[in-house]
Amino acid sequence: MLYKTISKANFKVFINEVIAGNVTIAPKMTDKDSEGNPVYQFQQVYAFDEIALNYTKTYSSLKNFFLPFKESLSTFQFDKNEWKQKIEYSIHPRVIVGVRACDINGLLKLDNVLMKGKYPSPYYVARRTNTFLIGLDHEPMADCFCQSLNSDEALHGFDLFLTDIGDKYFMQINSSKAFNLFKNVQINDIETEDEEKYIAEKKRIASLFKTRVAITGLSNLMDIEFESDVWKKWGDKCLSCGTCAMVCPTCYCFTVTESIDVSLKFALKEKVLYSCNLVDFAEVAGGHNFRPEPATRLKYRFYHQHRGFVESYDEPKCVGCNRCGIACPAGINPIDVIHDLRMEDVK
Amino acid sequence: MSYEIPRENIAAEPFMAGPPDFNRKSRLMQTDKVYECMITNIVELTDMEKLFHLKIMDPGESRLFTFRPGQFLMLELPGFGEIPISISGSSAIRERIGLCIRKAGKVTNMLHKARIGTKVGVRGPFGTHFPLERMVGHNILLIAGGLGLAPLRAPIYWVNEHRSEYADVAIMYGTKRPKDILFDYQFDMWGKIYNYDIHLIVEEPDENWKGRVGLITELFNEVDIDPHRTYAIVCGPPVMFKFVCNHLNQVGIPMDRMFVTLERRMHCGMGKCCRCMVGSTFTCVDGPVMDYWTVMNLKEAI
Repeated sequence: MLYKTISKANFKVFINEVIAGNVTIAPKMTDKDSEGNPVYQFQQVYAFDEIALNYTKTYSSLKNFFLPFKESLSTFQFDKNEWKQKIEYSIHPRVIVGVRACDINGLLKLDNVLMKGKYPSPYYVARRTNTFLIGLDHEPMADCFCQSLNSDEALHGFDLFLTDIGDKYFMQINSSKAFNLFKNVQINDIETEDEEKYIAEKKRIASLFKTRVAITGLSNLMDIEFESDVWKKWGDKCLSCGTCAMVCPTCYCFTVTESIDVSLKFALKEKVLYSCNLVDFAEVAGGHNFRPEPATRLKYRFYHQHRGFVESYDEPKCVGCNRCGIACPAGINPIDVIHDLRMEDVK
Repeated sequence: MSYEIPRENIAAEPFMAGPPDFNRKSRLMQTDKVYECMITNIVELTDMEKLFHLKIMDPGESRLFTFRPGQFLMLELPGFGEIPISISGSSAIRERIGLCIRKAGKVTNMLHKARIGTKVGVRGPFGTHFPLERMVGHNILLIAGGLGLAPLRAPIYWVNEHRSEYADVAIMYGTKRPKDILFDYQFDMWGKIYNYDIHLIVEEPDENWKGRVGLITELFNEVDIDPHRTYAIVCGPPVMFKFVCNHLNQVGIPMDRMFVTLERRMHCGMGKCCRCMVGSTFTCVDGPVMDYWTVMNLKEAI
């Protein structure tokens, strides 16, 4: 990692150059909600001024650029009694600007599942390795609890990471790809003053977190409270719509569907993101459903996040962005559910 | 009385059999590519179940494909879907992959209409297997209910092929009705040639049935079990293996010497789609074969 600074004016020049040469995705204000608050989403941008660098929280996470809602796994070309399978992994390089630490940590968790281990997913690897990530520090929202989950700071998994220190950015350069881009843009070495400002800014951000979720011992609690009434209480509210998994930065489960084209010349095998809250998630052939009630499915979602994933990768799957809590039409949010499970007073 | 903790012999594990391959990052980078297979034979077992023999068409791929008893594969029917099927045949025969399949859903209904010569695809093998190396020198109790005999055929073939390495082998098999009995043509052969102790039982007999009537647990009255020298392999619906394993536990077989296989919905076979998750683990990666201690300690497993 190299530490440098870049002036804000130079950063704008740099980003405009990047946009000119690449597909660039950044947070944009796309709408206003019923209360007049802006709604942000990651979308392709064509100029620096379109980017909402001070965005609050995008409604959907960054995940969908790596795990698209629908993705073709392979095609089967039919020819009389024969068929041939075709697989393509390729993707064009792209740049994503203005990513928060929690979203980068979300990607790192996905990397554990989809890039490492015995069966890396080539579809994911192709997208991940062809994405240039520029991160940006920010002030937490009132409902952010990423600090409780240690994902308020990204240590790796990005190319560049910026922290606003007044008229310039404190910059972490984490790849030679990123370093090479600065051949024609002026960047400066760190001076004592920059360092002080950086530390002060980090301290200030860390002090702004209002929401805390106690994670210590939660994995065991998931086991011990497996039969708890809390699951029924929240499960009865659950509409089993699967919205939480769609907006979650780390939910990766999916379904595979196959369809034959009307021409009867080929069939398409597609992967569609799914949710463990959907009713047929664990239904097997013959009709038996291992989790028929909404409550067991909701419980399972939390159980995977705070127990199953911890057993596999030594950290919870949740990054603490509360996107699921915001998006849930039934008003279920992880903060209240976990507080409830710990038998603490819900605020 | 002294409590002696049994020694674990790791040299018996199959991963010690070959030289370690530290450079191989994954089995295949092309994890989603299927092996093209031809259906070479179809055996009608009952109204609902058929045994399919598959042959991997490419000789190179056919050489690559090896499995261990208990593992499963993903069977692809292009345009219809992909399903997890445990391999029901001998792991020694490369030319023939046996799959016993019940007509139960969209893909299997279509597959039952297939004829000899149809081309299908397989990926795999995936999952864990029965630790037959560890069972060498011991008695083996093979207990199956209904379609549970299908995955049991792989370890049965293994024992057939290595018969001298194992002591007494008993097969206990229970079904609902006599006409549901799978592979009825094989029991005589297994009994005569390989000297297995075979016990069959049905719940609802018809007029021709002369054997035992009742639940599978009643067969325990007929079989002598030496708990210190016996491994058990149990396959069947969760209700059945819960009763069976509890009985075996009372007899004194340690829970880590009883093995069961789990059934779950699967869409990938590689621990990615999460559909087969039980408790905190995946059936496709840490299962489908698990010892009863593990299963007991997984939430929602039974």
